[in-house]
Amino acid sequence: MAGYNTSDFRKGIKVEMDGDPYLMIECNFVKPGKGQALYKCKFRHLIRNTVIDRTFKSGDSLEAADVHEIQAQYLYRQGDLFVFMDNESYEQYELGIDQVDDAWKYLKESMVCSMLLYNNNPIGVTPPNHVVLRVEYCEPAVRGNTATNVTKPAKMETGAEIIVPNFVETGEMIRIDTRTGEYIERVKE
Amino acid sequence: MFRLPREDFRPTADWTALRERAGLLRRLRLFFDQRGFLEVETPLLSADTVVDRHLDPFSIEVHTPGGARTYWLQTSPELAMKRLLAGGAEAIYQVTRAFRQEELGPLHNPEFTLVEWYRAGDEMAAGMAFLDQLCQAMLGRGSAQQLSYRCAFERYAGLDPLTAPLDALRSAARRTSAPPASFRPDDRDLWLDWILTEQVQPHLGRTRPAILYDYPASQAALARVRDESPPVAERFELFVEGIELANGYHELLDPDLLRRRNAANNAARAADGKHPLPVDSRLLDAMESGLPQATGVALGFDRLVMLRTGAQRIDQVVAFPFDRA
Repeated sequence: MAGYNTSDFRKGIKVEMDGDPYLMIECNFVKPGKGQALYKCKFRHLIRNTVIDRTFKSGDSLEAADVHEIQAQYLYRQGDLFVFMDNESYEQYELGIDQVDDAWKYLKESMVCSMLLYNNNPIGVTPPNHVVLRVEYCEPAVRGNTATNVTKPAKMETGAEIIVPNFVETGEMIRIDTRTGEYIERVKE
Repeated sequence: MFRLPREDFRPTADWTALRERAGLLRRLRLFFDQRGFLEVETPLLSADTVVDRHLDPFSIEVHTPGGARTYWLQTSPELAMKRLLAGGAEAIYQVTRAFRQEELGPLHNPEFTLVEWYRAGDEMAAGMAFLDQLCQAMLGRGSAQQLSYRCAFERYAGLDPLTAPLDALRSAARRTSAPPASFRPDDRDLWLDWILTEQVQPHLGRTRPAILYDYPASQAALARVRDESPPVAERFELFVEGIELANGYHELLDPDLLRRRNAANNAARAADGKHPLPVDSRLLDAMESGLPQATGVALGFDRLVMLRTGAQRIDQVVAFPFDRA
């Protein structure tokens, strides 16, 4: 496995430390005038998202983490398992609900997501930034109340609950921003 | 073919900073002139280089009619300026570029500007007093607090840096932040440097500038060691707002001691996986012929401008830093 020397250190490299994959999110060079050159770095754990600080001296090295991203199609859910297929190799991957995290709210059959693989095992999945889902149920719109700032919860076809404006009706399609979980607009079929 | 100009042709420093830089340079020259210092120039490209464990010079292959020779871009003008002292100079200064490999960060640029001066006859106290005057004249932040290295460690890290056993240093070093796992357990100076930068330095020069002096003998570099118990190096450093601004020595005069330190530095470089640096230099000849007692100080000019302008990064005070050079 390739590695990184301190001279290759920069934001964005993915490394393996103590058997875990990390993303370098900050790297600062410091050096006392007559002393050892040091690299003060911050890392984000690629699975748990925790942030740690580590300092290295000039000449140290880190192992590169075998992390890469693929495009994978969502096939179906079986209990707490979500099954995806690599669009190129047709290989199938199963993710547990904790690995899927909030993405389950937006997953619809045949949706293409980007999936992160670590040592060829899936560690996370990101749906497209915008998805269109059908409203399975919400309270009927309150007549006469046309103010746009009145909202209500709506249950989506995936089972997720999204806050929508009062005028949205059961059976309509809406566009959602998956990064924030927010309603964007109604979509005509 | 038409191509959009790249945005990185622009300077990274604004005109306020560049004007401040020019103004400081003028005042600095005036300051030295008024005190009888002669401005000198010495080679940037030299056959000799400072042999330091942690300083890495750029080597340059120079083609001449006589063949190719390896010269070094100077990490500081130290060697040549001391040759001028041996040649009869009494008080000299220069503003010059210095070059150091690998040094690139918020406070570092591989090519930077140094102000360096020497005055024959000065002992350490006189050298520190002069540095204090210069700092007051340039920054206007009052007179410097003088604090021995030992006293600073006792105050801010709660240990005696000259006598504490290694395991006490190691556990103190881990108190606020984790040092690199690759620090050798018996490498005393690495542990001391870590405690200095992590626990002591942040406190230095906060309400007024601070001069740290009497460094451990193992960190003497080119300073003379005062023979007391325990021995200390007559080396001093100026800190302002936690930033290391200048480094000075009561100069080492004994060529045999310099030979020994050069050899020790190369041994430490080898242990760190670094190439050796040439130990022979014309400075040794100058020392053999007789160097007057003197103090010498090097001050980072870019950092001085940073402190004047409140800049957080060196690229705010350099028109074209390394990434745009």
